[in-house]
Amino acid sequence: MRTHRTILKSLGGLVLLVLAMALLAGLPLYASAYTVILITSILMYIILAMSWAMFSGPTGYISLAPAAFFGVGIYTAAVLGLELPLPLVILLAGVGSFCLALLVGGLTLRLKGIYFVIFTIGLVELIKNLVLWYEVTFTGTRGRFVVPVDNNTVYHVMLTILVLLLLTAYLIRRSRFGLALQSIGEDEQAAAHVGVNVNPLKMIVFAVSAVFMGAAGAIMATRWSYVDPYIAFNPLFSFMAVLMAIFGGLGKFYGPMLGAVIIAYLEETLITRFPYYYMLIFGLVLVATILFLPGGLVGLAPKLRSWTARRERAHPGG
Amino acid sequence: MHILEGNAVTKHFGGLAAVSHVDFAVDPGQVVGLIGPNGAGKTTLFNLISGALVPESGTIRFQEAAITGLKPHLICRKGLARTFQSVRIFPHLSAHANVQVAALFGRTDRRSVAEANQETVELLEFVGLSGLESLPAKDLKLPSQKRLEVARALATQPQLLLLDELMAGLNPTEVAGAMDLVYRIRDRGVTLFLIEHVMKAIMSVCDRIMVLHHGEKIAEGTPQEIATSRAVVDVYLGE
Amino acid sequence: MRGCLFAEWLSPVEEISTPLDSLHCDCYGREGAIVIVTILDVVIAGLLLGGLYALIAMGLSLQYGVARVLNVSHGEFIMLGGLITWTLTTQFGLNPLAALAVCGPLTFLLGYILHRTIFRRLASTAESVGVFEGNSMLASFGLMFIIQNLALVIWGPEIRGYSYLARPVNIGGALFGANRLLTLGFALVIGLIFYLYLARTRMGKAIRAAAQDRDAAALMGININYVLAICFALGAAMAGIAGMLISMSYPVNAVMGFEYTTIAIIVVVLGGLGSIPGSFIGGFLLGLVGSVVTYFQPGLALAAYYAIFILLLLIRPTGIMGR
Repeated sequence: MRTHRTILKSLGGLVLLVLAMALLAGLPLYASAYTVILITSILMYIILAMSWAMFSGPTGYISLAPAAFFGVGIYTAAVLGLELPLPLVILLAGVGSFCLALLVGGLTLRLKGIYFVIFTIGLVELIKNLVLWYEVTFTGTRGRFVVPVDNNTVYHVMLTILVLLLLTAYLIRRSRFGLALQSIGEDEQAAAHVGVNVNPLKMIVFAVSAVFMGAAGAIMATRWSYVDPYIAFNPLFSFMAVLMAIFGGLGKFYGPMLGAVIIAYLEETLITRFPYYYMLIFGLVLVATILFLPGGLVGLAPKLRSWTARRERAHPGG
Repeated sequence: MHILEGNAVTKHFGGLAAVSHVDFAVDPGQVVGLIGPNGAGKTTLFNLISGALVPESGTIRFQEAAITGLKPHLICRKGLARTFQSVRIFPHLSAHANVQVAALFGRTDRRSVAEANQETVELLEFVGLSGLESLPAKDLKLPSQKRLEVARALATQPQLLLLDELMAGLNPTEVAGAMDLVYRIRDRGVTLFLIEHVMKAIMSVCDRIMVLHHGEKIAEGTPQEIATSRAVVDVYLGE
Repeated sequence: MRGCLFAEWLSPVEEISTPLDSLHCDCYGREGAIVIVTILDVVIAGLLLGGLYALIAMGLSLQYGVARVLNVSHGEFIMLGGLITWTLTTQFGLNPLAALAVCGPLTFLLGYILHRTIFRRLASTAESVGVFEGNSMLASFGLMFIIQNLALVIWGPEIRGYSYLARPVNIGGALFGANRLLTLGFALVIGLIFYLYLARTRMGKAIRAAAQDRDAAALMGININYVLAICFALGAAMAGIAGMLISMSYPVNAVMGFEYTTIAIIVVVLGGLGSIPGSFIGGFLLGLVGSVVTYFQPGLALAAYYAIFILLLLIRPTGIMGR
């Protein structure tokens, strides 16, 4: 039963959301070019972290493939950008990533989880090698130039992708399929025994999550003007996605988003102050999070609450 | 018509025959027991029936249709549900969510979330867990977890329910409660096939009993016949 | 022409040549002489590569098979072994083989410390094996970037190399570097020593027990935490030694590790998850495959490995000797 309070809360939340969207949509009007570029990067990281969490969060199947899908998107933009209009390029990048993810999922998700993890670990390296070989053997060039797009368009496209992702992720999470995904993560065989068709569900959600990574890669590529397999297929993007999602916490919907914003902003500052150490610092953050705060930032509040509750029980009255 | 029947069902693990040429039949409305010493192959047989394992040879038919080798979710949707020996509830989901997911996915007809919710509440009440819906399943005590697993299985609206050691780990009061639950499930029209070690319970609750030993069926009959069967007594005393 | 060792060192390239690239041509001297390639050539090259792969995979198999840590930073230990050897050889004039005495223990110690601090704690706080495997894999992913960054700081991004035993040895009409033959010899010797270690020593038996059934082993009085840490450390040491061997024949740099990690993982799956002898055999098999593929299409070796991986997933996921 929804009380007045909860209705007010969700209404208030909705108003805030609309306000935030309006502010973000109009950003190029009042912010500097530098800010727009910065926010674009942050949006990209949010997309990577949230789409990773969409599948790997509830199911517990840890994917290290974001870099592969992101890279596919980048190269799609590089290859098709000259011939096709931007919206179509982005769409195709999403479709390409979707198909790749279906392939990966089809091969590995019917087996024990470890095979999926292992396959995704090397996937980015495999695709990099394939593209490199193709370029050396057939096109004779290394890398490609990407048709540039102005910063504001890049920003708006990224924002659109993010909004679509958030909608998709939210709807899935709140639907019966979100519940089914969670049950798969808890006990996959038991979930199958209560009627959940586990394999197709895993495959589809994994593939849907890849779409947004590919689309984000395609639009981001237009900012870089030159890409080659080493730039496009870099395990660093998988690392950042995973780091941000886990640091933010998988327990709440907005956890990965929170983690992405903080880490992305941190990256901006660290790159200027400690350009040679920031990967080290992030690596330490990931290890520390896994060791000491496995629920991430959103897991902090319940932890504090239970810690204070335990103290209260031990020393009632202070 | 048998609601469940199996012919020469066989499964090996490595060189060992876990289940060897076992025939079985369950009639609708019955409560059939499956007993045998530890390692006799009882849970393996349940796994073969529910689709968790695929038999090497033999056939299994449910409601006249072959289900051998079907995936578990399809068998569930046909109306065959089970619980597990080691209580495999979804630990971090609430009790309500545990049952709700089964209500949403366990049937061939699609239910709305509202309908599933309604069913969930009813089933939790049926098993006596009202008031505990929002607790994460891992925070429930063992007897409650077992009831939750039963409620979850019932949410798929089965015609046949396989219960694997429902009474294991329960004290005598709880065993009595579990037996009462079994009767009430039968009264709902669900056929029951139970694995049990608590002899007193299974003797009083079952219409027929099957005995497995080293993967083979060694006896079958009414509780009376089983209790006096030489073969069965030997197997149990010889342990 | 692709693959000429010396030529690649001297010309600035962003990508480092790996053992995969160098199989195609065995040429020595700045001009580059084309050598007759025979089936024997390809097979022996495959064995040379395979020895390396076997060593790397055995280490990872120890870490995953026994300690249940899918160590994504495995390749970084290889890289450390290579770069440390380079430093000792070029800056201190040490013979690379002598560097073995530094690389092995150093990487062993590093592995041991990491297990004691990180993975042991993860094991005690994880609710299930699955959660532990996931968390430890992620933690090792973090480690990968930590170690890589440290290496970049210490050694920079430049490709480093040195020449050692580069003189060619004639086998059946084809030429192979003595350094690469030495690598194969080492891999076989280490494999043998390790086999004897597992079979004859107390710790070796404890490791085998832990690999079979960890709980039973613990109940039999084996200090399981210590054994797991040793396994992880041994795996790291094998990687370090492999790195040293690689540095004798190929250039090394701070970002070389990940490709080796990928290959090691595929070999471990091919051999069968949890089987150490399987990894040994799988390493040689994959080396042969790599050699054959590189002969026809250099640059497709990793794709070929993945093709085999895919085949495995479709037909026999448990691998050659998997349980």
